[in-house]
Amino acid sequence: MAYGDFLIQQNLNFTIDRGDVFIIMGGSGCGKSTLLKTLIGLQPPAKGDVFYEAQNFWKTDADERVLIMRRIGVLYQSGALFSSLTLSENIALPLAEFTGMGRAEIQGIVSYKLSLVGLAGFEDYYPAEISGGMQKRAGLARAMAMDPEILFFDEPSAGLDPVSARLLDDLIINLRDTLGTTIVVVTHELASIFAIGNNSVFLDPETKTMLATGPPKTLLAESADPKIIQFLTRGERNVK
Amino acid sequence: MFQPLQMNSNPRHHNTGEVGIVYKAAGEDTATLQFTGVWVQGAAVAKPVGTVIAELGSGQRLCRVLLQTHDLTEWDSRLPAYLVQIVDWCQQKGIPVDVSGLPEGVQGLLTLARAVPERGGARRSERGASMLAEVGKTVLHGLKDAKGLVYFIGEAILAVVAFLRGKARFRPVDLVLCIQDAGPSALGIVTLISLLVGLILAFVGAVQLSMFGAQIYIADLVGLGTVREMGALMTAVIMSGRTGAAYAAQLGTMNVNSEIDALKTMGISPVEFLVLPRILALVLMMPLLALYADLMGIIGGALVTVSVFDVSLIQYYNETRRAVHLHDFGIGIGKSLVFAMLIAVAGCRRGMQCGRSASAVGDAATAAVVNSIVYIVVADSLITLICSRLGI
Repeated sequence: MAYGDFLIQQNLNFTIDRGDVFIIMGGSGCGKSTLLKTLIGLQPPAKGDVFYEAQNFWKTDADERVLIMRRIGVLYQSGALFSSLTLSENIALPLAEFTGMGRAEIQGIVSYKLSLVGLAGFEDYYPAEISGGMQKRAGLARAMAMDPEILFFDEPSAGLDPVSARLLDDLIINLRDTLGTTIVVVTHELASIFAIGNNSVFLDPETKTMLATGPPKTLLAESADPKIIQFLTRGERNVK
Repeated sequence: MFQPLQMNSNPRHHNTGEVGIVYKAAGEDTATLQFTGVWVQGAAVAKPVGTVIAELGSGQRLCRVLLQTHDLTEWDSRLPAYLVQIVDWCQQKGIPVDVSGLPEGVQGLLTLARAVPERGGARRSERGASMLAEVGKTVLHGLKDAKGLVYFIGEAILAVVAFLRGKARFRPVDLVLCIQDAGPSALGIVTLISLLVGLILAFVGAVQLSMFGAQIYIADLVGLGTVREMGALMTAVIMSGRTGAAYAAQLGTMNVNSEIDALKTMGISPVEFLVLPRILALVLMMPLLALYADLMGIIGGALVTVSVFDVSLIQYYNETRRAVHLHDFGIGIGKSLVFAMLIAVAGCRRGMQCGRSASAVGDAATAAVVNSIVYIVVADSLITLICSRLGI
């Protein structure tokens, strides 16, 4: 991955299995978000491939890629709600565009998704009228609208209070257990990493590559790399 | 033993924050820097840090630098910021620094500031580029910009084709809102400007024509000038400032807020969803606005001619009808269609390709207006040239 001539990450090789809660972690500026952009179809990799099952995501033609992208949902760091639409219109948009459902049925789904994220009754609010944390939860409701097979989260707990962050973690686990959704989370929130992650990749900004992949708890217990240990223990166990 | 190199004229004068005494041991290789007085942001400092470093560097080679305080009454980050530069310099020169004479807090802050080494290559000012490199960069940037424009026009054409085949994905209500915004909402300003342009044309023409007693031909001048040229041109200029800039700012803000990314990952083409309704709205509304502007311009001309130059309204009306033909309207409306596409493309493209900061949105709006006015004037010249060649 690179921005122009500026190399961000290289030699990345990891697999996300169906039903995983996969964590992409690493210090600020290590390229987590850029990796996410490559995975969700916003920025082609400078080199290399991304595979969704057997399909080569970036080498297949654009129409095929759009079909794959419809199977994923993304919660952006800022929520990225459409500011000119109300919350219910935001969530209804993909449903109205891609399913043939009637208005009333869509409204039912919209209200249900909003209540899942604790925003029941906020259908007619505009994004600017609610708080940042609520925008984020509404963004999650929109990302879940189409019941995607894979959900991507960019820094989900940033800007949430501890209780909401915990609720979000519970929701993530719930989605995985009930709908079988595969979940990919970009984060550096240690509490979430250990609470929900069952697999992960660790990116390092200095060597510009991944240092390890595996369940976070295993990495903490078995990794010999001081950078990983320092990261996963908040620097409390300083391995030299 | 110590010889003061330079001493504060009034070391007791603490309240003005006079500070810094540099001692250098005569004949020895140890320098002692003593800091006194008030070291607070906003207080005056006796000596810039550059001068102190220059003094340390002059003379014989140093083996040790001692930093200490004496009678330091008050300090804030100004002191460590000053010290860190001296320590950095010493480290570059390989001179050991002794900070044990500093207050504990200052020592702690110094350690903290130096805990993470500067990332190599992060500093930008060091890369000074030559004139040639700058020229090359500008040319490459221009080429990339042109490529971006061609790309965008291609995408817009594909979106229009998808629309004509009934396959474009956008919300009809967005199209209605865009039409409302690009059409009826602009009537006020178009009325005002066109009426005044008609007045101006009439006055300018009248000065010349009345010398020959040919005031009646003001009607020809105003009629032809407005219908063939000014109506479409002025509407286009108004709309590029009003709607083109708004398009760039709207789409630019959506880009900053990742809304366009969100559309893409939903599998909805942002060009179809956002750009298409805007292009359609302008293309539908601009010819109507231009026609309306023509009427207003002619009314403006009539006001002047009838009230000032002794021509009756009927005469003016008949003369205008005689002078202006249907194909003149055709040319004006044809122009306004072209202008509409240019404004919509310039505005939307600048918005879609906007950077991710508040200032980038402003730049996008500015660039949208500047580009569309340039495109409009160039296109207008070309069309007028072609018309005159063809004799229509």
